[in-house]
Amino acid sequence: MNIDFSSKVVEMKNITKKFGDFVANDNINLTVHKGEVHALLGENGAGKSTLMNILYGLYQPTAGEIFINGNKVDITDPNVAIKKGIGMVHQHFMLVEPFTVAENIILGMEPTQGIGALDMKKAVQDVEEISKMYGLHVNPNDKIYDITVGMQQRVEILKALYRGAEILILDEPTAVLTPQEIKELIQIMRNLTQQGKTIILITHKLKEIKEAADFCTIIRRGKHIDTVEVQNTSTADLASMMVGREVSFKVEKEEKEHGELVLSIEDLVVKDNRNIDAVKGLSLDVYAGEILGIAGVDGNGQSEFIEALTGLRRVESGKIKIHGKDITNNTPKEIIEERIASIPEDRQKRGLVLDYTIAENMILENYNKPPFAKKGILNQQAIKDFARKLIEKFDVRPDNQLIKARSLSGGNQQKVIIAREVTNDPEILIAAQPTRGLDVGAIEFVHKSLVEQRDKNKAVVLVSLELDEVMNVSDRIAVIYEGKIVGIVNAKEADENTLGLMMAGGGTENEG
Amino acid sequence: MKDKGLKEKILHFILNGNFGFTLVSIILGLAVGAIILQITGFNAFEAYKIMIQGVFSRPNYIAWTIVRSTPIIITGLSVAFAFKTGLFNIGAEGQFIIGAITAAAVGYFVKLPAVLHIPLVILAAITAAGFWGAIAGYLKAKFGVHEVISTIMLNWIALYLNNYIVRIEGFRRPLNERSYAIQQSASIVVLEEWKRSEAGRAWLLNHEFWRDVFRTPLNLGIVFAIVLAIIVWFILNKTTLGYELKAVGYNKHAAEYGGINVSKSMLVSMSIAGALAGLAGALHVMGDSKSIASLAAMEGYGFDGIAVALIGGNTPLGVLLGGLLFGGLKYGGSKIQPTLGAPSEVISIVIGTIVFFIAMPKLIKMVMKLTTKNRGAKNVE
Amino acid sequence: MWSSLGFIIGTTLMYSTPLIYTALGGVISENSGVVNIGLEGMMTIGAFVGAAVGFYTGNPWIAFLAAGLASGFLALFHAIAAVSFGADQVVSGIAINFLGPGIALFVSRLFFEGATNTKPIPLENKMPRPLNGLFPQNSFFDMILNQYATVFMAFALVAIVWYLLYKTKLGLRIRAVGEHPRAADTLGVSVYKIRYLCVVLSGVFAGFGGASLSLAVVSNFRPTLISGHGFIALAAMIFGKWKPQGAMWACLLFGVSNGLVVYLGRPGAPFQISQQLLSMIPYVLTLIILTGFVGRASAPAASGTPYEKDER
Repeated sequence: MNIDFSSKVVEMKNITKKFGDFVANDNINLTVHKGEVHALLGENGAGKSTLMNILYGLYQPTAGEIFINGNKVDITDPNVAIKKGIGMVHQHFMLVEPFTVAENIILGMEPTQGIGALDMKKAVQDVEEISKMYGLHVNPNDKIYDITVGMQQRVEILKALYRGAEILILDEPTAVLTPQEIKELIQIMRNLTQQGKTIILITHKLKEIKEAADFCTIIRRGKHIDTVEVQNTSTADLASMMVGREVSFKVEKEEKEHGELVLSIEDLVVKDNRNIDAVKGLSLDVYAGEILGIAGVDGNGQSEFIEALTGLRRVESGKIKIHGKDITNNTPKEIIEERIASIPEDRQKRGLVLDYTIAENMILENYNKPPFAKKGILNQQAIKDFARKLIEKFDVRPDNQLIKARSLSGGNQQKVIIAREVTNDPEILIAAQPTRGLDVGAIEFVHKSLVEQRDKNKAVVLVSLELDEVMNVSDRIAVIYEGKIVGIVNAKEADENTLGLMMAGGGTENEG
Repeated sequence: MKDKGLKEKILHFILNGNFGFTLVSIILGLAVGAIILQITGFNAFEAYKIMIQGVFSRPNYIAWTIVRSTPIIITGLSVAFAFKTGLFNIGAEGQFIIGAITAAAVGYFVKLPAVLHIPLVILAAITAAGFWGAIAGYLKAKFGVHEVISTIMLNWIALYLNNYIVRIEGFRRPLNERSYAIQQSASIVVLEEWKRSEAGRAWLLNHEFWRDVFRTPLNLGIVFAIVLAIIVWFILNKTTLGYELKAVGYNKHAAEYGGINVSKSMLVSMSIAGALAGLAGALHVMGDSKSIASLAAMEGYGFDGIAVALIGGNTPLGVLLGGLLFGGLKYGGSKIQPTLGAPSEVISIVIGTIVFFIAMPKLIKMVMKLTTKNRGAKNVE
Repeated sequence: MWSSLGFIIGTTLMYSTPLIYTALGGVISENSGVVNIGLEGMMTIGAFVGAAVGFYTGNPWIAFLAAGLASGFLALFHAIAAVSFGADQVVSGIAINFLGPGIALFVSRLFFEGATNTKPIPLENKMPRPLNGLFPQNSFFDMILNQYATVFMAFALVAIVWYLLYKTKLGLRIRAVGEHPRAADTLGVSVYKIRYLCVVLSGVFAGFGGASLSLAVVSNFRPTLISGHGFIALAAMIFGKWKPQGAMWACLLFGVSNGLVVYLGRPGAPFQISQQLLSMIPYVLTLIILTGFVGRASAPAASGTPYEKDER
């Protein structure tokens, strides 16, 4: 360990942050020593990111004090934070897509010549130099949209180092990485602490904390729960401190033989928005009464695959059949008629009309069918009654069908979508990242709903970037890599290393 | 206590509802107008008095206000309808022109009894203008061309088309930059023939009120406007079509996912918006201008419609009231020039200011919160 | 033949100029992420102030500058609404389009005895023609290059804006703010300052555009002078894919049709064609070309969305 306990690089004392009536941080204390990796653990919405945004000057605390290297500071904006040696890598990368790597790194601290003319030559040199110094290889002249997510993350880290950061805040850095890339990242973190840097790691993943962090501060609902030494704390203890109760991450489900073939996909080819093949000859069979998990790193064609399946994207070649009937390139409406339901990947973009009420969202796929409409005229009473019933059954809060979907929490928004989708009694349920951004309670609800469908002998396809989720919920696991299924394993026999290797393209089957 | 509860409720309504924002914006707009008049050496109080009198003091003033308001109420409905379905119809201007051309041509060349002629003219105009609007919808749905730029182009094409058609021999009035007037059978001016007849003139001689009213081309346009507002409200709120179009407007990705045909919706929406604006143009020709003229520049019915839609919060009732307000300001405002010598363009400044504040609910919310807070604090002391 | 060509090129350049200034204004504003549909109103103010100051001072340069300042001041209101108060930028722009002409005509009536037309500026006080007399009168080069100073300056400004956007530190920041304001903010680039600067600059350019009409192409201001030029400039900016050089080419396309209309409308033109139909051509052409090749993703990603710091 490289920790220097004599020097407290960051001290945040009694930090409180309110947004209107909502208290995001309630009297939080945090102390970080030089050279340590300090994890901030908490559920989505617990207030970890808010706390770090305060440290980075993006938010101003409502109350509380911040000390950097023992000096009280007033971090009014990111410029101040940068001057104090603080750098932040945000969960959603803050990269300008059409800019080059070098342009992104120098932005805000550009080398110039004369009056304000950019000196790109020096910029590229500087970037090369710093990338060599920390062993973070990048190509300065690549455009951001041309490089991998892992590479983009390096650019983010370099951005902070270029500004002379001594303290690095990493916000959920592994969410988008393959298991192998995660290992590399942990190695990078070790290198950095050896060179005297300090790292604050925001995460809700316990395994990473065990692997990478020295200390861990747990935050729940805006409150500081505890700060513990990671070595001496079990994963279970960390979990219960995070959630506030005993949790088991095991999904309850009974053994079950799957039924007949429901969905078969042959040699599917689909293009992405840039008109490049994203799904490249994908084949897959899904049976009734099973949950088929699709594991893979983001950007390997999952989104395009799901959109093609639900009729939102054109299929270039290949076939999609349900019960033997060809539904390739049918319209979304026709596919809904075939009783394929889906929980979309982005609930706010695809799943809900945020400015519609809960009731109006509940009928999104059936608005023109009786009893909701007759001869083109809506029947408001029928819509209202229907919505009330579902709100009660799925425990949507607040239980008012007339409020807009926009004002619901993420978990409740997801409940509205699930209520709508399973009420149509689908043959096939496609769930794309159904638990993204949800808290543990909501995650349990979603998983339970998926298992329920499976137990009703429906076919369920679960696409998730969280390998743990896929392994916990699925009966079979298919791994997607570069637009193809590179292997299928039984969930019971699956182990993380093999799956991780396959996700990174090191699979053995179907290659070439 | 009960009183206070009500008061709070009203305050809450004004503070949080769109109506409150609009009201405050209108007041601020009028205030800015007053300040400008005052600092440029005119008596603002006097000017507003003249405006109000200029609208309300005589029956024919009221009638004129209604006549002037009618087209911009309907173009306002067109813009509001498009807004509600997620489209920005800058093209109401051009659709108005197309409706007017069609009405003038069908109104002049076709000879039919009024019961058939009027519906025919209207049908022709909304078909042509609906098609004109649909072009922008098609370009957006099929090629992703933003409707703002395509409708700007279409406005100019409509304008030059108007100027071309006006000049066609047989349609053009000799030695004039105008077309021939429409047939009497296509007119919607109220009691037009009667009021010029001997019996009518004799009757009007003894009825001062009506004589005054009928000096204006008071026409059925306003009835159309009210009916159209109701139809628009009904379509948007009570029908599956409205559900589809609004869903596309709010979130086309979710609408598409829900099985709604987004391209078709855009096409339908722009056709309806075009038909509405075109009908405004047709009614204007049938009830007021009777012919079309060569245009040196845009007349502004469409652009005024945008302001009306915004002032009306894009709701049909709001548009109706907003149109009357705008029409009243314009008509009443034109009278401060001859009487006071104050530039009547102060009205454009007032309208612009109102729209400007409507663009910033955040600012108004802040201002209102600040004032109520101060008052609250005082009460505590 | 040569003289016809010269005439057409000459008039094209002259008519493109006001559009180029204004479109550049659009380019700079939109690259910082603020939609500026108020160019029309800003241009109107510029045209009026240019003509009025030109008439009273007799100095076209002071008039030109005053036009830019006045429009920049009007643009400041758009900036306040769009940047500080998260206004709907289109709505705020619409407001500017009512305010601009309203203020111009109002003030005109005050200063010109109740008239909305300003009094004409005497020939010797209009924008100078720096190359006048260099070539024999009505020769090919005379017709092309014997232009008002505003014409040359417009093309110089294209180069300047291009250099500013793509070769300087400020330009990098402007484009970053227009693409990903949060990224820029996290690196300490002030989104608000950059956007204020760009919106006000766009007003200044639109003002120059208006003044280049009222001080050079014609010699006074009248209510119908601008009538839509601002919107055409807006279209040219989109057509030119939000780039200064692209906008310039689009403006030249609109200019050339104007040039052709004038050319064919002259007595003794080689053939007669309806001026009205001819005038339509650039608009029809724009529509057709837009369906063909303008990429959908070429607008700055954050254009039109207000940036709020405390967004959660």
